[in-house]
Amino acid sequence: MNVYADNAATTKMSSIAIEAMLPYMQTVYGNPSSLHTAGQEAAEALVKARETMASLLGCEPREVYFTSGGSEADNQAILSAARIGARKNKRHIVSTAFEHHAVLHTLKKLEREGYEITLLDVHDNGMVSAAEVAAAIREDTCLVTTMYANNEIGSVLPIAEIGAVCRERGVLFHTDAVQAAGHLDIDVQAQNIDMLSLSAHKFHGPKGVGALYVRKGILITNLIEGGAQERGKRAGTENVPAIMGMAAAFADACAHREQNAAYMARLRDKLIAGLSQIPHSILNGDRDSRLPGNVNFCFEGIEGESLLLLLDQKGICASSGSACTSGSLEPSHVLLSIGRPHEIAHGSLRLSLCPENTEEEVDYMLTAIPEVVAYLRNMSPVWRDMVEGRKEFIIK
Amino acid sequence: MALYSEKVMDHFTNPRNVGVIENADGVGEVGNARCGDIMKIYLKIDNDVITDVKFETFGCGSAIASSSMATELIKGKPLSDALALTNKAVAEALDGLPAHKLHCSVLAEEAIKKAVKNYYDTHGIEYDASQFPDCEHCEHCGG
Repeated sequence: MNVYADNAATTKMSSIAIEAMLPYMQTVYGNPSSLHTAGQEAAEALVKARETMASLLGCEPREVYFTSGGSEADNQAILSAARIGARKNKRHIVSTAFEHHAVLHTLKKLEREGYEITLLDVHDNGMVSAAEVAAAIREDTCLVTTMYANNEIGSVLPIAEIGAVCRERGVLFHTDAVQAAGHLDIDVQAQNIDMLSLSAHKFHGPKGVGALYVRKGILITNLIEGGAQERGKRAGTENVPAIMGMAAAFADACAHREQNAAYMARLRDKLIAGLSQIPHSILNGDRDSRLPGNVNFCFEGIEGESLLLLLDQKGICASSGSACTSGSLEPSHVLLSIGRPHEIAHGSLRLSLCPENTEEEVDYMLTAIPEVVAYLRNMSPVWRDMVEGRKEFIIK
Repeated sequence: MALYSEKVMDHFTNPRNVGVIENADGVGEVGNARCGDIMKIYLKIDNDVITDVKFETFGCGSAIASSSMATELIKGKPLSDALALTNKAVAEALDGLPAHKLHCSVLAEEAIKKAVKNYYDTHGIEYDASQFPDCEHCEHCGG
């Protein structure tokens, strides 16, 4: 059986998205900046896509900027807020320790330019509270940026409350909603969000396209200079087919959001219950405030890359936060941020579901994963030391 | 997966010589769970010949494959062969490892040498200490 359980990495494109794209490759292939009919038809399509995105986010079309994806949107939002802050002599930014690298590395860059960055600690359940954000805000804070939902451990932050705190204190609030868009409720007005990043390929749209919502009145900074596309804020001929695919996929995801979430949450809970039966295992991320498709466990005594490779041999595509899968010597910064020791963080497994996953697939994974964990533990000297009492178990 | 050669995948999915030797003549463990890999080698030695060898490994695919290949390279061979084993030989026998995985073959070499050293130490055999790597303080494991 083949099971794709790595939907937080990327998703299969939906046929709705593919069909929405095809006309813009085959017939309406004009450049939206061209004056002729072929170009203007493409420009009209862009207007429609922007309206679709805006209505689903709860904003105006002119507040939506199309980008190459979530990373670009994160970069542009953060650098824009930093420039705005600098003009008012505010050079302090509040974020969290478990953000995506698109955020963390951009903040690092600003730190080298003289900005002060406060990365809030994350609780062991993967949560950060609005009160903690409020306590970190200073007179010179120009931006708070926190993710809506964590990409590895699936914890969902209280975005509306954090937004309310920022609004009250007059600080710009950006959220990286890459894992949330299409899966969780988004209403930028009600949630007091000033800027929001999303990426199409996380909700069955195409790769290489995303969007940045920016509340009107916030002057954003270009990352790419050139033509007057995106109201002069993002040069380069628009990727019309991808944008059309994104809008169609987002509309589809939002239309079925609640039923998809309920379905995935049921499969997720079955996986969590089943994998919890493995001795010396622990769930990462909050049990309740959690993405509907996210399952993340640490298994003591084994290493994640070998776990992934053996699961791949059994047809299961999953992901891990071990150092070997990251290509560095350090395991996932997210697992370290919630207090997992290195030894444990190396043995992590993330399964991320989509509405196409089935109960049969879940049952198959619940047979295959314990087998592979047991097999690897059986050849692990660390496991033997713990079983034979020479070393303490870290996960009781 | 194209990450690894077929040889690596073969030794990873069907590792040779996995297990423990009770009352082994030499045992060597290297690595650090903090770094994500630990290798333990057990040797049975008779008349300076490695009559049996087993390994246990906590680590990634290439760590398991390197342990498996290293045990194959020394099984039934004189101790001098085990002492002459290099990480390069292990990696080459696996048809190569990705650059960031070469340390796995280093661990395999070190684990075997540590097991031989343990054999010498526990059996009161004199040896030239300079032939053993100082694997307690290498860059990878940080002591």
